Amino acid sequence: MLLNELIQIPELKFTVKAGHEQLDRAIEGAYASDLLSHVMARAREGNIWVTIQAHQNIVAVATLLNLAGIVIAGGIEPQADTLHKAEEEGVPIISTPLPAFQVIGRLYALGIGAEADHGQTELAQS
Amino acid sequence: MTSTNSYDLSLPVKGRCFVTAGQAASKIKRTLETFNLPPKLVRCAAICAYEAEMNIVTHACRGQVGLRVTEKAIRIVAEDEGPGIQDVDLAMKEGYSTASQEIREMGFGAGMGLPNIKRCADELIIDTYPNKGTRVEIIIHLQTNGG
Ligand SMILES: Nc1ncnc2c1ncn2[C@@H]1O[C@H](COP(=O)(O)OP(=O)(O)O)[C@@H](O)[C@H]1O
Ligand SMILES: [Mg+2]
Repeated sequence: MLLNELIQIPELKFTVKAGHEQLDRAIEGAYASDLLSHVMARAREGNIWVTIQAHQNIVAVATLLNLAGIVIAGGIEPQADTLHKAEEEGVPIISTPLPAFQVIGRLYALGIGAEADHGQTELAQS
Repeated sequence: MTSTNSYDLSLPVKGRCFVTAGQAASKIKRTLETFNLPPKLVRCAAICAYEAEMNIVTHACRGQVGLRVTEKAIRIVAEDEGPGIQDVDLAMKEGYSTASQEIREMGFGAGMGLPNIKRCADELIIDTYPNKGTRVEIIIHLQTNGG
């Protein structure tokens, strides 16, 4: 599914805050965490990342991992400098009033992220 | 690049500055993307550079992250002036962190930075001096027979 298609799904209540030009990206799986090192270790290229972190450092994480975009859940407004940086780097930032749990559940029901492993098996062994 | 050739880059990192945090790692990743390297190794290097940079930002006063690319390896060296690491074995444990509450609330301080580096790197060398600083050297081999 493309990011473009996702934002049009009414029950997700997504509003695009930055990166309007990058919405033609394909979403390949999803990852959720508010700990940046967890995301660095386990999110995969093309993932959409669900978090309640709204400060500007989330943008670097997304660019370093080539994530499809960031969804900021729980009605938390991304800070102005976050949006500025996201525009510069071309990272889509989406906000939603839904709590993270509901966003993740609805994305999962849409088939996004259901197949992903994120190296858990490998991590469990290390 | 030829075997006698190497590419070098050195980027300054400010301690406690969350505005510029991540810039060195981003520059390193963009630079590596200009070489014809396997994407998996670029990802590994980006993770290592980011975690090493963020350790300077969150735990030290100031420092720099250097990149050297040769035919054989990607080498990332993060050096800082700072408190040093008291117990390196403990610091390597997943979940161990001395980060403040404020920093944890931003999503840093999960105690996974050094373990993330360890997982991605072929070689990791940490030299640390109390109240002076820390040097973290990360090597990622480019040749398949090198691991
Ligand atoms: N450059 C550094 N200078 C001083 N202490 C450091 C440095 N890097 C790591 N440490 C120490 O090692 C601990 C573990 O580091 P890390 O695994 O990256 O986790 P985190 O940064 O999330 O705390 C840190 O909490 C800190 O006490
Ligand atoms: Mg760290």
